[in-house]
Amino acid sequence: MKFILPLILVAATVALMAVALVGPGHARGTVGIAAGSAVSGLTPKADTPQQALANLLDDVQRRNWDRAFSLVSKTSGSDEQSFIQDWVGSNGGLRAFSSLEGFDPRPLHITDDDAQMRVRLHWTTPVGPMEDVRDFHLVREGDLWKAVWPKSQATTVPAQVIPVTYLRWDLVSGTAEDDWGSKNIDAPHVRIISMNAVDSAEGAVVMGEVVNEDTIPAFVNVNAALVDGSGSVIDDESSFDKIAHILLPKEVTPYRIDFPNLSLKKVKNVRMDVKAALVPASADPVIGVMNQKVDSDVQGKSVLHGDLFNESGQTVNIPHVIASFYDNNGKVVWVSDGYVDRALLPQSSEPFAVEIPRALAATVHNFHVVVNQYSLGRS
Amino acid sequence: MLRRRTYGAMTLAGAWMLAACFAVASFAQEIKVPALVTAGDESAISTTGSGTATFYLVGPGVSRKSEVSLGQEIPLRAQDLRNAGTYTAIVCSGTCQNAVFYVSAAKPASLAFLVHPSRVPVGQPDAVSGVAFPFDQFRNLVLRPQTIHFQLTAGNSALLSREVLSQDGVAWFRTTSGKSAGLLQVNAALESVTAKRAVQQVASDPCNLRITGQRTPEGIVVQTEPVHDCAGNPVPDGTIVTFTAAEANGKSTVDAPIKKGIARAQMAASGPVLVSAASGVVIGNELRIEAQR
Repeated sequence: MKFILPLILVAATVALMAVALVGPGHARGTVGIAAGSAVSGLTPKADTPQQALANLLDDVQRRNWDRAFSLVSKTSGSDEQSFIQDWVGSNGGLRAFSSLEGFDPRPLHITDDDAQMRVRLHWTTPVGPMEDVRDFHLVREGDLWKAVWPKSQATTVPAQVIPVTYLRWDLVSGTAEDDWGSKNIDAPHVRIISMNAVDSAEGAVVMGEVVNEDTIPAFVNVNAALVDGSGSVIDDESSFDKIAHILLPKEVTPYRIDFPNLSLKKVKNVRMDVKAALVPASADPVIGVMNQKVDSDVQGKSVLHGDLFNESGQTVNIPHVIASFYDNNGKVVWVSDGYVDRALLPQSSEPFAVEIPRALAATVHNFHVVVNQYSLGRS
Repeated sequence: MLRRRTYGAMTLAGAWMLAACFAVASFAQEIKVPALVTAGDESAISTTGSGTATFYLVGPGVSRKSEVSLGQEIPLRAQDLRNAGTYTAIVCSGTCQNAVFYVSAAKPASLAFLVHPSRVPVGQPDAVSGVAFPFDQFRNLVLRPQTIHFQLTAGNSALLSREVLSQDGVAWFRTTSGKSAGLLQVNAALESVTAKRAVQQVASDPCNLRITGQRTPEGIVVQTEPVHDCAGNPVPDGTIVTFTAAEANGKSTVDAPIKKGIARAQMAASGPVLVSAASGVVIGNELRIEAQR
């Protein structure tokens, strides 16, 4: 009798271990740590396209690169190094700090020897969860299915010298004697040039644009407070990362402030507050936004896509695109943002896409894109 | 019983004598404070009567107690009268007498001078303001009217020279900013006391923003002509100029900073392109370029 409980616990533990080993994988890898392999022989045989893709992505999640690459067809023409680089990124880009958290595969087309699968990849990143949609081509080799992984064209930058007229603002704290009024420097003068409040599926959204009217750079943040009919503040939020915080003179940035699970029906008034502070800044790098166009993506969603072109000689590790969309009257009807997961090398370009809500796609008449950038080792 | 009566009579007599002494002292005690005292100067309070008394001086930041002889002057030390304001002198000898006197600020020794803003675009009406507060050497605000001379100079030219009489310790001015970018020296002078401040006059919004462009094998290169404001001041380097190239299948934009007076950008384009430029809310000319296909 006294052995029954220990036996039950041991049996349950063994059962759970077995489930963990052979169950469909959504294991979470830790960035920079190889999570090791599953026990060989317990991985289900890749005898269907779905299973082959699941095995491949499981191994990618676990960063078990040798096993993952063994599930890639030899006809791909790709090598293991470039395969790994496709998944882990390079040059300090956002992908290098991201981890594949999960995936949702969906078959598009399957024959006896050939399959097309669409996978929604869920990434965890330092800037929040991100989704990526990728199409996989799988082929049958014997009794196994394998993925075709075309060799990606890595961005190469030729050796060159790019002259830069270095333009930078530094802040110096005065060291003069304590003379009242002698050390004041005014904060930069910034102005909200447009504001619009709308209800969206996720809640209330306040958005618009801010301009730095001064001749010095400004660190800008926009706050909004929703006020009800009695004058009480319902909620207040800031633009957080949906704004280009550092504005050079005469630069314009969109901003968006989200109020999740709140409806504007309760709101009588919106109090806006823009804060600006002096900040050291650099005018480089200059990033061009090329070939901007509103189009539909593979899922039928309206997106603004284009290419970011780094005109300077510095690597931009994490480019961040913020776009404002206008209607016929020039009113800002939406602000979208998105991070580019690959680093932007000097004199090279990377594609980007930001989504436009389906309900607003028809009203969008024009748009304005700004690029925020984060570079390692620089503020 | 007899002893008790004797003690009672003695006590009564002593009380009468003490009361008489106090009565003499209180009638004799009178104080006279100075009519005008300047901060940091020595002064004195005259008393009448005789005997000793306790003297109290209570004022801004000062509280003093001392034993004094009635009928003599009570000296007030300079260090006790440094703070301007109302002082109360109290002399107690049995009963207390008090008198109030006022210490006014000494002659101005410094000027607190606030000028706003620290940067100002040229040609802005009523954009520069300054306010001056005269203080004496003990940091007392000088409330007596003082003539303060405000002078604004940009380069070698004087923009403003104005004498203002302070009221209740304050004198101020407001004026239009100058027409040329650069340092604006703002001086406030009160006799030999001066205070200097500087305001950076900066170019206003760009005016007549004009662009030129040419095609390259990769697309087009566009640049502005030297960017000036409407008064002809060069717009500071670092100011952003947004170039927009619209073509049949989309558009490209570059936010380029002005460097050495000119903003420049290279843009991907093919076929006919309509290029425009804007800086803040100012829009420049449009340019049609036939880029290589």
